Amino acid sequence: MPEETTNGTQAQTTLDICVAAGCLSCQGDLVKEALEKEIDARGLAERVAVRGVGCLGLCMAGPLLRVSPDGILYQAMVPEDAGEIVESIGKKPVKRLECDAEQSFFTRQVKIVLENSGEVDPDKLDDYTAVGGYDALAKAVGEMEPSEVISEMVTSGLRGRGGGGYPSGLKWGTVAKADGARKYVICNADEGDPGAFMDRSVLESDPFRVLEGMAIAGYAVGADSGYVYCRAEYPLAVKRLKNAIRQAERAGFLGSNICGSSFRFTVDIRLGAGAFVCGEETALISSIEGNRGSPRPRPPFPAASGLWDCPTLINNVETFANVAPIIRNGGEWFSGIGTEKSKGTKVFALAGRVQNTGLIEVPMGTVLRDIIFDIGGGIPDGRKFKAVQTGGPSGGCIPEQFLDMAVTYESLAQAGSIMGSGGMIVMDETSCMVDVARYFMEFCMTESCGKCVPCRVGTMQMHELLEKITQGRASMKDLDLLEELCEVVRFSSLCGLGQTSPNPVLSTLRYFRDEYLAHIRDHVCPAGVCKMKSPSKIHAEVA
Amino acid sequence: MQSDQTTVQGSKAGPAPPGAPGSDDRRWKLVSATMRRHGHSSQALIETLHTVQEVYGYLDDDSLKQVAHALGVPLSKVYGVATFYHFFTLKPQGEHTCVVCMGTACYIKGAPTLVAAVNEVAGISTGETTADGKLSLLSARCLGSCGLAPAVVMDGEVVGRIGDNDMKARITNWLESPGAEVANA
Ligand SMILES: Cc1cc2nc3c(=O)[nH]c(=O)nc-3n(C[C@H](O)[C@H](O)[C@H](O)COP(=O)(O)O)c2cc1C
Ligand code: SF4
Ligand code: SF4
Ligand code: FES
Ligand code: FES
Repeated sequence: MPEETTNGTQAQTTLDICVAAGCLSCQGDLVKEALEKEIDARGLAERVAVRGVGCLGLCMAGPLLRVSPDGILYQAMVPEDAGEIVESIGKKPVKRLECDAEQSFFTRQVKIVLENSGEVDPDKLDDYTAVGGYDALAKAVGEMEPSEVISEMVTSGLRGRGGGGYPSGLKWGTVAKADGARKYVICNADEGDPGAFMDRSVLESDPFRVLEGMAIAGYAVGADSGYVYCRAEYPLAVKRLKNAIRQAERAGFLGSNICGSSFRFTVDIRLGAGAFVCGEETALISSIEGNRGSPRPRPPFPAASGLWDCPTLINNVETFANVAPIIRNGGEWFSGIGTEKSKGTKVFALAGRVQNTGLIEVPMGTVLRDIIFDIGGGIPDGRKFKAVQTGGPSGGCIPEQFLDMAVTYESLAQAGSIMGSGGMIVMDETSCMVDVARYFMEFCMTESCGKCVPCRVGTMQMHELLEKITQGRASMKDLDLLEELCEVVRFSSLCGLGQTSPNPVLSTLRYFRDEYLAHIRDHVCPAGVCKMKSPSKIHAEVA
Repeated sequence: MQSDQTTVQGSKAGPAPPGAPGSDDRRWKLVSATMRRHGHSSQALIETLHTVQEVYGYLDDDSLKQVAHALGVPLSKVYGVATFYHFFTLKPQGEHTCVVCMGTACYIKGAPTLVAAVNEVAGISTGETTADGKLSLLSARCLGSCGLAPAVVMDGEVVGRIGDNDMKARITNWLESPGAEVANA
């Protein structure tokens, strides 16, 4: 898309530079300024435009810059490179800074959720509408009955991307049918999973898309207002969202008489305050109401009685980001992508000991090995793959024997993990799996809201046992006790946090039991991570 | 996510005394504005605490009392909410803040050794402030910059892929720099 220059003419060349948080923290903003200065200084302002765009995906190589229409990609620039880059426009690219745009990382992705990421300026509504933004909302309110919107969602087979994988169409239908004069739509942008940053990136790169999804949802279920519950730790996402709300309101895509219809929908932002449990839907509602984020028993489900006891639809950021393309292209189209039970694409945050860390979107059913070794570029420093952790604290570690598995909700569950929100943390032999389990248990222990005993006391006990193991002070009895506690906490906790907290322990016990045994019996940490007293010392203490 | 330097320093002046809801305090006006925007509803509690922390740098006792009074919420609940959420802090922060991300990606890429490095040069552990008030060391659950792991936030600025030595150098630099008034002049 040719960009307008400052004086309104069409630029021949556009420099698209990533202004999402990852690249900004590598001085992307300074590079952008330097480029603008160079262009001005050379009197090129009429021919060359600079534009800030959303995340281009390969965050670890940031700041990233794409030159259009030449299709050149630059990486890891510093402000001092600006002169050379501007000088090279229309000539030979700057070899030293080039990033291979033809590598599998870019070519093997299929983008639906991220289709505008890196393509539009997240601060400009015009950019969004230029690529068909808000067409889906106009179509929904102008040409479709709410029930038709819902049936399109059902046809699509979209499942919630916040972790549970609940069919979205079904949830929308339930809220639509619920009794209540007032209904609410909530976008869950708490993204508490450590190691996950998809939601952040979507909000920072394409905020209008999320708002469009929420408005369509509001129309479908009969709600006239919505909230985005966003982590306070994501200030840039909050800023872009605020700006997007203001612009959408001014243009009539939010507010009253949306797209000339009688439909009315407003969106407000509520800030989280750093509590993992607030991602749980009933805790989130309690937090919006100004209380501590303690979960409550379900039923009643929020769909029947949620925010201020009104029927409430809660979906994840990525779930809402899938809505506009589904309405635009039809549910059939969407259900043609992915596998039989896991439709569409999934955005993964690839991090840890992998060459290409960043954000990727692939069709459901993509093989794990392709994700890690082809798209991800494999394990750096000549090391060996050990496991990939998916699903955050509710998930598990998947060992090498599953590398040829197609990634779906079902296959991950079979392997003892979950899809979760899409964090994928690759580990090599420098990670100790017992230490990883201890790490997650510490997380769950400190994040437990304390409302119920099995979770509050159980996670603490489990953490203590794991600490004992990693310090080489544990006996086989402790291991038995740990396994017993896993069952108790899993089956008797009130909310998902407690119920799933044993998962990292169970999955590492399942595939890396020998590491536990090495710690307990031989007092050694095979990975060399855990610092333990030498066995002789322990025996001396016992004696 | 971090309160910026100016507000942290501003906290030295302290909020208006209780009973006289700081009408002359410019910062308290911002807090009042937040409460007004939400019609002084008890549901505005968290939003209000965000504003208090933003302008004063932390949640001090007097402000909490005033907020409780203004929103008609029991003080026990105000403290309950303030202590439930990790983002809120009831202690003033040091002149400089260093937040080490302890999320999974950062953890396996060396965050624990970064904490050890700060501990070595500044003698403080996570959650502590140096005796001279120069530095606070904090931890975060995940900054959402996992692609740049290990990541830290130094005085509000995200620094990715930082090594132990770079970390030590930056901290030493802070500890040895002259007082705030001079540094920020
Ligand atoms: C402890 C806990 C934390 C959660 N954190 C999040 C989160 O950060 N983001 C999210 O979208 N869903 C989170 N969930 C899932 C939500 O409760 C809810 O299922 C989801 O937002 C529904 O949206 P979806 O159907 O679009 O997935 C969490 C659940 C639990 C139990
Ligand atoms: S399971 Fe844990 S987090 Fe969930 S309600 Fe119980 S104590 Fe709170
Ligand atoms: S924490 Fe529980 S036991 Fe302690 S004072 Fe509060 S209500 Fe009472
Ligand atoms: S943040 Fe710039 S490429 Fe992801
Ligand atoms: S784990 Fe550190 S930024 Fe996400």
